[in-house]
Amino acid sequence: MGKIGLIIRREYLTRVRKRSFLIMTILGPLIMGAIMIVPVWMASVNVSVKKVLVLDEAGFIEGLLQENDDVKFFYTRTPLKKSLATLDSEEYFALVHIPKFQDNDINHLQRQIKLYSAKQVSLSMKLFVRNQIEKQIERLKLQSQGVDQDLVDNVKKTVNVPLDIIPLKGEASSGVEMNTALGMIGGVLIYLFIFLFGAQVMRGVIEEKTNRIVEVIISSVKPFQLMMGKILGIALVGLTQFLLWVVLTGSIYTIFMATVVKDKLSPDKMEALMKQSPDGTSVADFDELRQTQQVVNEVARINWGLMIPCFIFYFLGGYLLYGAMFAAIGGAVDSEADTQQFMLPVSAPLIFSFVMAQTVLNDPNGSLAFWLSIIPFTSPIIMMVRLPFGVHYSELLLSMGMLILGFIFTTWAAGKIYRTGILMYGKRPTWREMLRWLRY
Amino acid sequence: MSVPIFEARNIRKTYGNYTALNDVSIKVEKGSVFGLLGPNGAGKTSLIRIINQITAPDEGHVFFNGETLKPEHVSRIGYMPEERGLYKKMQVGEQCMYLAQLKGLDSATARKKLRNWFEKFEIQGWWNKKVEELSKGMAQKVQFIVTVLHEPELLIFDEPFTGFDPVNANLIRDEILELSRNGSTIIFSTHRMETVEELCDSIALINKSQKILDGKVADIRKQFRTQTYRMEFIGNMLSFTNALWTGAELLERKQVDNHCSVTLRLTGNNTVNNLFAAVMPSCEIVSFNEVIPSMSEIFIRTVQPNNQ
Repeated sequence: MGKIGLIIRREYLTRVRKRSFLIMTILGPLIMGAIMIVPVWMASVNVSVKKVLVLDEAGFIEGLLQENDDVKFFYTRTPLKKSLATLDSEEYFALVHIPKFQDNDINHLQRQIKLYSAKQVSLSMKLFVRNQIEKQIERLKLQSQGVDQDLVDNVKKTVNVPLDIIPLKGEASSGVEMNTALGMIGGVLIYLFIFLFGAQVMRGVIEEKTNRIVEVIISSVKPFQLMMGKILGIALVGLTQFLLWVVLTGSIYTIFMATVVKDKLSPDKMEALMKQSPDGTSVADFDELRQTQQVVNEVARINWGLMIPCFIFYFLGGYLLYGAMFAAIGGAVDSEADTQQFMLPVSAPLIFSFVMAQTVLNDPNGSLAFWLSIIPFTSPIIMMVRLPFGVHYSELLLSMGMLILGFIFTTWAAGKIYRTGILMYGKRPTWREMLRWLRY
Repeated sequence: MSVPIFEARNIRKTYGNYTALNDVSIKVEKGSVFGLLGPNGAGKTSLIRIINQITAPDEGHVFFNGETLKPEHVSRIGYMPEERGLYKKMQVGEQCMYLAQLKGLDSATARKKLRNWFEKFEIQGWWNKKVEELSKGMAQKVQFIVTVLHEPELLIFDEPFTGFDPVNANLIRDEILELSRNGSTIIFSTHRMETVEELCDSIALINKSQKILDGKVADIRKQFRTQTYRMEFIGNMLSFTNALWTGAELLERKQVDNHCSVTLRLTGNNTVNNLFAAVMPSCEIVSFNEVIPSMSEIFIRTVQPNNQ
């Protein structure tokens, strides 16, 4: 085994054998799942029930507003001034005031409806209350035109156009929703992986420096070999972790499909539901199932054969690009506390591309998306975001080529800074000094 | 004369505007114990890093055993840097195996040699311990073992005795001398002169990036001798000084009853015999020896005029 192989092996084994690696491997998919589920759950559990007082002087809404778990409506006839005084008594959170009709003008009335509150009203609460009132206004308007609300509701329930996109060329692509989710997950994973494992490179270099073992080692191997060995060893740790996550998530998904979903989606069941559907009673049920099946189909239709190799390429490329810079920072400083001033400029493009991901999702083939997916400092995240929407292979190759050039360049520059930095103790270098080291 | 194990010719090394080594040439003979001396910041570590191929000189040539220094030579050189340490979280045995393999030993040989050294230092029980569990002195022993394990022909110790307690320092010194007897060449880099007097055959003195003195320790001391002698006699100081002729200068005198001691320097071409002939009639000589300057005095005498 070559010397660089020995270094890779040590870096790999010391990390993989740590208990924290095992814990992360198991917790990783669970945490990812939790990140997606918890916000939804948090929003649903939320806090205490908010009581909202409704003073309906127009008299068309009383008792009709629908409630949810967070908001309960209470109706009153006490005049506005007195009612407002009771708002202070903590009992009620807010007061909706609907004034009297003037000339039977609904349009005028709806602009006069106000929500009073002594406390901060959250956006979700405002939207909910507004939505409920609008429903009643809608009913009122329909009524005035002689239309039955129930009829409208029924019609609405049965309208559902999935609007599947049929591409003219190539295989059927998955839905926009799925692409967005996939692009976002890919981008987030790359972002997390680069930060997680890039920071490990930096910590590893600092550890060797503070332990004072670095000079012992570089009397046997070249500083560049030590740096590359460390970067590659940690890359393998990252890949191992990722593959374990894929296998773990894949097994959970398969088990989930085999036990929960498959039973529901069996052809017999579907047929039975189809037969039931004309009477309208289980349309909602059927819709839900149809959606689940759609998701399942779309997951199957994603070009995993392209997505996973690309993910691995962009993870490795992005990691090598940033990992080299993190190694240079580690080599230049004496302790982790000193890394702050260098970390921000280096990780800024990474954070920037993460922020831009949303914009790119809105226009995955626009010129911003194009350039950000070509520039090596942003391409690992942005290309992963774009990929599910389909990227022409020439663009993909250009982006990959640029990323390879990019990490060759950062590795070269980092190697220069690293080999000078690791032998310097006691003072924190300035940016100018580090630039000068490039020329040594 | 045999080929020197290490030779540097006209080495120059700069870092930006700072010159670390300026036209330095040294020769280290095979089997010798060589002292690389100089005040802090003189350029010793820069030179050592060039020998270890950690950095390359900007100008000049470096030879190992007559060949131009190549990456393959690292397996024949052992280096214990001044800034030294080990991975704290790694087990002692595993770490030694790793460092030995980096020096080019295969794992079976490395394991066998390590077992021998661990037995010699009676530290077999440490194999599975983590380095952070060891005391500083214990860790230094491990450090020494990994330096010499691959039986290098050339061993370089940069300030080897700092950080060792006296007991361990002695142990390590004896081991180094043993290695020297077995044919290894040793380079010590230090600013501690007592180490040099005791251990080194030859030295090179570096100050402010330049070599200002080199050669065999005995020769250098001869070169720096000043015809100064110390004499003890029984007799009368007054009659002694009267007898002393112009061929010697009296530097110092002391008398207790009729026991006298003097320090004198011969002038001109006068010899010790001339001196004896002149003073013998007036006193009874008890002892007589040359005052040879210590390396420490030579060091200070050579470095100071240059630093002013």
